[in-house]
Amino acid sequence: MSVVDLPAPAREIRERFGFLRRSYAMLIKEFIQLRRDRVSFAMIVMLPVMQLMLFGYAINTTPHHLPSAVLLQEDSDLTRSILKALENTAYFRFLYEVHDVDDFDNLLKSGKVLFGVEIPRGFERAVRRGDRPALLVAADATDPVAASAALGSLGMVVQTALKHDLFIGDPPEMPFEIRAHARYNPAAASSLNIVPGLVGTILTMTMLIFTALSVTREVERGTMESLLSMPIKPVEVMFGKIVPYVLVGFVQAFLIIGIGVGLFGVPVLGNLVLLALLSTLFITTNLSIGYTISTVVQNQLQAMQMSMMFFLPSILLSGFMFPFAGMPTWAQYVGECLPLTHYLRIVRAIMLKGATMQNLRFDTLALTALMLLAMTIAVTRFRRTLD
Amino acid sequence: MSNGNGIAIDVKGLTKSFGGREVVHDLSMQVKRGSIYGFLGPNGSGKTTTIRIICGLLTPDSGEGTCLGYDIRRDAEKIKRQVGYMTQRFSLYQDLSVRENLEFVARLYGLADARGAARDMITRLGLSGREEQLAGELSGGWKQRLALGACTLPNPQLLLLDEPTAGVDPKARRDFWNEIHALAADGLTVLVSTHYMDEAERCHEIAYIAYGHLLTHGTVEEVIAKSALTTYTVTGEDLNGLGAALTGKPGVDMVAPFGTSLHVSGRDVAALEDSIAPWRKKGGLHWQKSQPSLEDVFIELMGRSKDNFQ
Repeated sequence: MSVVDLPAPAREIRERFGFLRRSYAMLIKEFIQLRRDRVSFAMIVMLPVMQLMLFGYAINTTPHHLPSAVLLQEDSDLTRSILKALENTAYFRFLYEVHDVDDFDNLLKSGKVLFGVEIPRGFERAVRRGDRPALLVAADATDPVAASAALGSLGMVVQTALKHDLFIGDPPEMPFEIRAHARYNPAAASSLNIVPGLVGTILTMTMLIFTALSVTREVERGTMESLLSMPIKPVEVMFGKIVPYVLVGFVQAFLIIGIGVGLFGVPVLGNLVLLALLSTLFITTNLSIGYTISTVVQNQLQAMQMSMMFFLPSILLSGFMFPFAGMPTWAQYVGECLPLTHYLRIVRAIMLKGATMQNLRFDTLALTALMLLAMTIAVTRFRRTLD
Repeated sequence: MSNGNGIAIDVKGLTKSFGGREVVHDLSMQVKRGSIYGFLGPNGSGKTTTIRIICGLLTPDSGEGTCLGYDIRRDAEKIKRQVGYMTQRFSLYQDLSVRENLEFVARLYGLADARGAARDMITRLGLSGREEQLAGELSGGWKQRLALGACTLPNPQLLLLDEPTAGVDPKARRDFWNEIHALAADGLTVLVSTHYMDEAERCHEIAYIAYGHLLTHGTVEEVIAKSALTTYTVTGEDLNGLGAALTGKPGVDMVAPFGTSLHVSGRDVAALEDSIAPWRKKGGLHWQKSQPSLEDVFIELMGRSKDNFQ
């Protein structure tokens, strides 16, 4: 019955792979706890489904100074005037001037610009001859509101602007034709923009909260005292607490994209493996940030408050709620520091534009940097003692 | 082992303050290997803090020492591998089952066969049939048993038990102490804090700590002898009246009722005898000079330290 009756068996202790072994111990423990916590478990499924239904329609404003590129195959007074006129509308801001169609396409695909204006060779001559040449305006319509307002303004603005330059009096009709291509989202359906955005938003919220509570919960339940008295290192605690939720995040992402494709008809043009990989990176980044929060705060209430403080700017400044390009510069800087901003570009680009890794290098790097930063802070902030 | 001199814990001049309040003051102690060392003292006397400093959970403000030959400041990680710490409050995972808790500990310490080790421990603890029960649903006695099992699982050399028997029934307490003695017989060193005098008497050595000061230490006999306390046990009529009359008289340091008798103690024998002389002549009372009990010694120490340090 008691220890007295049975001799203690000598137990072999393994020294190798200590890091993996201890992280694994922590991971198994977290998995079991998650499985037992029915409410959290239900949240994993309910939250994405509910949000997806609720955010069916988005709030939008009219954007300004949308980053644009021009594919200039002819440099003349007339083309300069047209570009100037476009810029004067305050809808466009020309950041790039390229001379090659591939460069032009890549700028759009990587999300560096939302608009591209293509001026074909011999444009001025054709106008003067009255041939009504075509001025191609390509728009990234994954964000349909940002694109449509700007597209709608094109005809009038250009015509008015050109009056001074070329013609005496009002021409009866446009001297050239504007061909607008709403790329990637020709029907301007907002669900096409919202659903990929929701993948990011929901993941931010759930991932953040799951790990933000993890360390404080151990402290409040008194289990931290035991844990600290055992030979486990801060990095091992962190990995053990993050890894189970990577899987949870993966399930959620699948659920949202599945509903998006099935219910809202959102396409997935790009590579699914790339999407899964970069989503995992984003999930891990958020988990690290949540975990960092939990090493900084004193109790679960503070953890929740701090998560909200991070979550709100993520929603408002990432380009989920309002077009990123329409925000003031300082807000754009803040936005660049939020993982959601980068993930939104990634997920929209892959799903709607079929972007490849080549197009997404910057955002992938930014996510990786944010993740490593959060992990470093968490590991250094984790207190090994009860002092 | 790096420490060949048979001392498991050797600390000197430990001091620790929280928010300007000194919780442990200049504390020095030595614990022999293989012994059961009792740590006694009132609530808030600094017992838990001292234990936490020894196992590396707290850093002392000043002072130094070794635990199992490792420096308590520098080698906390090595100490943690060799020490089992049973916290005052149940600190295993309430939402994990008995088996899952033990397997978690076994994996963390790198036991070769975590499942097997957990299974053996369940048998040893007599928890067979309850292995799938959640730890949070166990009764107080079983929780304490499980906690002891968890901290002995990785074969530690030293056990630090912080009030392990608080809130546990007498039968479970006795079983628990039998186990501790069996573990010590196998060579394990045990430092155990407690409030109970009967438990103190089961220790090889004891130390008494109050307001952060270590007031006395040694075997039970040594501690009683060192107190230099003279105690009279009085039986008879109206002991309450006698107690009230004697309290505060010169030489009377302590008056305490024990069931149907009254203990009257003092350090100054002459003054004590002068003060009680008038009552000794009175009929109806039986005076017996006796050995002070450990409790007499501690209550007297506590009363004295209250005047000195508070």
